[in-house]
Amino acid sequence: MSDHSSTYEPTNGFTRWLDERLPIMRLMHGQFIDFPTPRNLNYLWTFGAILTFCLAIQLITGIVLAMHFIPHGDFAFASVEHIMRDVNWGDLIRYTHFVGASMFFLAAYIHMFRGLYFGSYKSPREIIWILGVLIILCMIITAFMGYSLVWGQMSFWAVTVITNLFTAIPIVGESITQWIWGGYSVGDPTLNRLFSLHYLFPFIIVALVALHIWALHVVGSNNPTGVEPKTENDSVSFYPYYVIKDSFATMVFALLFAWFVFYAPNYLGHSDNFIEANPLQTPPHIVPEWYFLPFYAILRAIPDKLLGVVTMMAAICVLFIIPWLDTSKIRSTRYRPLLKPFFWLFVITCLVLGYCGAKSPDYRFVEMADTQKYTSKAAAVSAKEEILSKNKHADLEIIESINSKEITYDLKNTKFKLTNQVLSLLLTFYYFAFFFAIMPIVGLIETPHKLPGSIAESVLGKSSADKAQ
Amino acid sequence: MSSDNDDVARRDFLMVAAGSVAGVGGACALWPLIDQMNPDASAKALASIEVDLSPIKDGQAITIMWRGKPIFIRKRTADDIKAAQEIPVSDLPDPEADTDRVQNDEWLVLIGICTHLGCIPRGQAAGDVHGDFGGWFCPCHGSHYDTSGRIRKGPAPKNLAVPPYKFLTDTKIKIG
Ligand code: HEM
Ligand code: FES
Repeated sequence: MSDHSSTYEPTNGFTRWLDERLPIMRLMHGQFIDFPTPRNLNYLWTFGAILTFCLAIQLITGIVLAMHFIPHGDFAFASVEHIMRDVNWGDLIRYTHFVGASMFFLAAYIHMFRGLYFGSYKSPREIIWILGVLIILCMIITAFMGYSLVWGQMSFWAVTVITNLFTAIPIVGESITQWIWGGYSVGDPTLNRLFSLHYLFPFIIVALVALHIWALHVVGSNNPTGVEPKTENDSVSFYPYYVIKDSFATMVFALLFAWFVFYAPNYLGHSDNFIEANPLQTPPHIVPEWYFLPFYAILRAIPDKLLGVVTMMAAICVLFIIPWLDTSKIRSTRYRPLLKPFFWLFVITCLVLGYCGAKSPDYRFVEMADTQKYTSKAAAVSAKEEILSKNKHADLEIIESINSKEITYDLKNTKFKLTNQVLSLLLTFYYFAFFFAIMPIVGLIETPHKLPGSIAESVLGKSSADKAQ
Repeated sequence: MSSDNDDVARRDFLMVAAGSVAGVGGACALWPLIDQMNPDASAKALASIEVDLSPIKDGQAITIMWRGKPIFIRKRTADDIKAAQEIPVSDLPDPEADTDRVQNDEWLVLIGICTHLGCIPRGQAAGDVHGDFGGWFCPCHGSHYDTSGRIRKGPAPKNLAVPPYKFLTDTKIKIG
């Protein structure tokens, strides 16, 4: 790490003794007390601290849950209920872990969009970004495995659908899937290994986070202007300035977290997961947790099984290469008038994709149809034939409705419809176009706004910044 | 000079030899760690069951479990059989003749798992929807299967699989 460690002065005999043997206090002092940090960071920069808080919460509550949880197909569901009803504080601990997963993803997504907007993935911060993408991949795997442990209907069928994605691999798909299952279908061995790995992965995340912060401390934080600090006047020491700011933001975030835990713990969940897993019955509508919905929408948008899986994986993996897809030298989108609208359209695309993922595949967002009422089925059928004889592509449907007195037949003639399938496909197209077309092209043709001369200048205005020098 | 060259060649050889031993040894040690995850002896032991077909009436279907998977057994009606055999094989998304999928026209035996992403299609119980082709309908992403369990419409790429089975008597089969 860089040479910011020299101001550390051991204050007593013990720390002096320790410093000569293991200079860990010196390291911490240099990295988290004296560390020079751009003076203009806004609240979006507090999400790193918030994420560290979330990780700690998941680890602590998770280790405690594992003391009571039984990773066996016959007992898992009951043991989760036992945690909820019998274990002292069990409901609080479980709800904190459950809501914590959502909060973790919320913070991670904000953190990522922050990086995207302010160009934090660009040189020299590529490795920080790539480590971040690895972390979100591990978080996705961890949360998926954790959700399966409850062994409710949604857990079971989510595992079934997701592990079946591997059957899309040509030739070896079937064997790989059985290897993952440890049997010929999702069952007890599957649950047991998911538990083992759900315990392991958070520690992999801890290691990745350590590397992520190490890489960050080699080159220093980016900032809202994207201009690197040039003089001492552009930075402040991490303590007390950012320790206080990060702590304050974490407290505010914890309020939101606590509100969910205490007032709406199941709001983000799905009621089908209160039914024990039944391998003979698929729930009518399978949906993942909210944080996976955009990816689920991308998976379903592509009608081909293998291609759908590949596209979904690509939606995450494309993030690895964006440091090289973006051709602009300017980091912050603040100074990129052409990219800015495309960026916000991208954010909206991700949100609407999430909405698509929650709806059934044949859901119609927009529909324009004429409906004609008939009292006999024969009349409706002959009217249908007649329209078809004029236009053989007409989209017609006879809907039978029974009320207390009579049966009516509605002939619905759909003129225009926007189905979930089509909308998801359009949005998926934009998702990839943003990275593969807009990022490279906009960087080449855009005339950026003038950057401020320095961070101090952007904060204080030009004249006072000069004076402060 | 020449002794220098000898040294280099010797060192290269030792490097390659040591590297190969370590590599092969490592791979051999890895295999048990990977293979332990494959279906174990107890999973394989459950691999076959016998089913008595005599209580099933025309047009009825039953579901039984085999290797943790639902097996659909349906006694097809004459209409079902006709519909399955009439359609030209070349018109099917996953072309397969009905006669290649059954051992006895009346009895259709299938693994009841949608070949898209593994949901259980509906169409077993009397009141269930059967989809547009009189067989099964998968609610997850809308795949329709016909009276031979073949995919006709929807995202599933393949026909419902036929498990290995044989008739022990006219009314008894052994699956697996
Ligand atoms: C990256 C951090 C983690 C994430 C994102 C995560 C996510 C999840 C999720 C989404 C669930 C399902 C919650 C529910 O429906 O109740 C879960 C359950 C569980 N997790 Fe974690 N987890 C993390 C860390 C850990 C750790 C470190 C442990 C223990 C070593 C752990 C142990 C458990 C256990 C035993 C369950 C099942 C009990 C339950 O349903 O609450 N988790 N996890
Ligand atoms: S799992 Fe049956 S249609 Fe997708």
